[in-house]
Amino acid sequence: MNTLPQQLANGLLLGSMYGLIAIGYTMVYGIVQLINFAHGEIFMTGGFGALTVYLALPSGTSMWALVPLMLIGGGLVAVLIAVGAERFAYRPLRGAPRLAPLITAIGLSLALQEVVRNFYPQADKARAFPGLDATHDLGSVTIKDADIFLVLAAVVCMASLAFFVRRSRTGRAMQATAQDPDTAQLMGIDTNRIIVIAFAIGGFFAAVAAVAFGLKYGSIDYRMGFLMGLKAFTAAVLGGIGNIYGAMLGGIVLGIAETLASAYIDGIPGMQQLGGQSWANVWAFCLLILVLLFRPQGLLGERVADRA
Amino acid sequence: MRQRSLVILTSVLTTGALTLTACGSRDDKGDSSGGDSGTVLTIGVSAPLSGENSTTGLGIQYGAQIAIDDANSKKLVEGVTFKIKALDDKAQPGIGQQNATALTGDKSVVGAVGPLNSGVAQSMLQVFASANMVQVSPSNTNPELTMGKNWQTAPKRPYKTYFRTATTDALQGGFAADYAFNGLKKKKVFVVDDKQTYGAGLAKLFNEAFTKLGGKVAGTDHVNTGDKDFGSLATKIKNSGADMVYYGGQYDESALITKQLKDTGVKIPLFGGDGMFASTYIEAAGTASEGDLATAIGVPVDTLPAAKTFVETYKSKGYKGDYGAYGAYSYDATTAIINAVKAVKEANGGKLPTGEDLRSKVVDAVQKTDFEGISGKVSFDEFGDTTNKQLTVYQVVKGEWKAVKTGTYDPS
Repeated sequence: MNTLPQQLANGLLLGSMYGLIAIGYTMVYGIVQLINFAHGEIFMTGGFGALTVYLALPSGTSMWALVPLMLIGGGLVAVLIAVGAERFAYRPLRGAPRLAPLITAIGLSLALQEVVRNFYPQADKARAFPGLDATHDLGSVTIKDADIFLVLAAVVCMASLAFFVRRSRTGRAMQATAQDPDTAQLMGIDTNRIIVIAFAIGGFFAAVAAVAFGLKYGSIDYRMGFLMGLKAFTAAVLGGIGNIYGAMLGGIVLGIAETLASAYIDGIPGMQQLGGQSWANVWAFCLLILVLLFRPQGLLGERVADRA
Repeated sequence: MRQRSLVILTSVLTTGALTLTACGSRDDKGDSSGGDSGTVLTIGVSAPLSGENSTTGLGIQYGAQIAIDDANSKKLVEGVTFKIKALDDKAQPGIGQQNATALTGDKSVVGAVGPLNSGVAQSMLQVFASANMVQVSPSNTNPELTMGKNWQTAPKRPYKTYFRTATTDALQGGFAADYAFNGLKKKKVFVVDDKQTYGAGLAKLFNEAFTKLGGKVAGTDHVNTGDKDFGSLATKIKNSGADMVYYGGQYDESALITKQLKDTGVKIPLFGGDGMFASTYIEAAGTASEGDLATAIGVPVDTLPAAKTFVETYKSKGYKGDYGAYGAYSYDATTAIINAVKAVKEANGGKLPTGEDLRSKVVDAVQKTDFEGISGKVSFDEFGDTTNKQLTVYQVVKGEWKAVKTGTYDPS
């Protein structure tokens, strides 16, 4: 059986999830040059927000009603936390040296993890999440409903974000703020508002990714944000940090690279020791290093954050 | 980052504990003249109490807690009150070593129970050996811990302070292979492990025993702890045509693997060791776990008449975690230390030796342990391994672990 189409599909799915989270990193970086390391935890809290909605609804609610409600609940929590983090943790440090907000972000990330672990009921172990488990065979590729949801969500999110940034007034104000925040302010743009919107969009996309994560893997836990956040950050850098299309592309390239490395490298003669699932990350990061060696600005360059 | 705060916390705790024991020993002097009553001895526990593996880790903590409460209420050792000092090792060897240092540094600690993970135990052995303090693990199953690196050819006990009430993977891997080949009639198995001391060791032993029986290994792979996406691995397993997956590791990853495997449309069972024998495995994997199997040490706790009170106490106190896997073994491990203290006291003419002397005598007394525990007979062989070598295969039936076969395994 030829497994390549299935493995490509696996990689595409994983990559879409990375991409959705990576957009949060890249938008915030593009506008305030801040690497928001707490973004992985915003993703995680989005998952727990959605789980709360699921637990609050009577069991037996149709998935058609459940998934949109979970998206709203998870999105609300993630957006509130992202905006709160901006308002109370990052804004007071706007003029501070770059290292200060970075360390704040790491501290916030640990704090959010511990808050969820200590205060969410039974969050010290994996919590079961409703699944969309019906499978479909498309030729040699088997996918399930949760995978379809993930791909649709990624496409819809990306398309609406692209439309928003290009066409709407706020979107154009965002581009202007990214190019030069001081001049943008002189032109009458409320840059604080723009920054809040960037955090909110990033938070909402992370929540969408978290719902997809739960539906696909069947459980969430308080540590899931760490590794996913790191991978998504890598995806953002790979695609060119600051560029929203780059984030999505970087995510997909990273996901496919990981999957293919895990699937095929140990089949190459003499490479058995360097292949398999446990080496997937190594190869993914090798790819990152190679890309950065030859294209330091990432695959699509820093188009949005194009500062002189 | 978190580790640093832990170092600070540990040092604060240690300082605090040292100060307290300093006060305690002054009190003891006053007491001993009045008839040696009210000596407080501490039994340390190191296990993952938060995060990964914490379901089973908490079972160890509360198993020890119940043993200590029983000993105190029954006045098992006249004039000595026991208390527990449970430290969280987060299943990380580095933190385990810090805990071991904190426990040996606390003068009131007479022995330690734990840890859960073989890899963590490895980093603690030397610390306890240097302090001459007894350590009894209810759950470590890696054979090297008691028999040294060359345990298959030239077994040699590396540390005489280390004991365990759990039987080893040497038997567990073979027992699983035997059940898979002869019981389930599986001929082609895909073997996965998590590269940790416990998981990799167990998977290797299963692999060897299974091929020796005439089974085929369809493929092998390794995963990282903390990974979430196993789509690529699941596709590989599907394509290999295996009729079973054997996983050496903990439930955190195996629950995700079995779910993602079954999502590809392959309905083959996943078989694992005692590391995934926990209710969390079924909760996290949902219906995908149906039919999966795990070996666990000993006989099912619920069927042991002696453990009935233990299970009732555990439930009535509303303790968190899962007593099913190691709770009873932790109870027996703790009781072994308490009995040793009793034996030392009696041999010393009813007076408790102090400091170093007490610790080293307790080690010798634990070696001579011989009593009926709640998990069966508790005694140790010349390596510090339990002589109770019972194992049980469990299978997920209608969302619960059900015992399907209990027995022992003869590796020869």
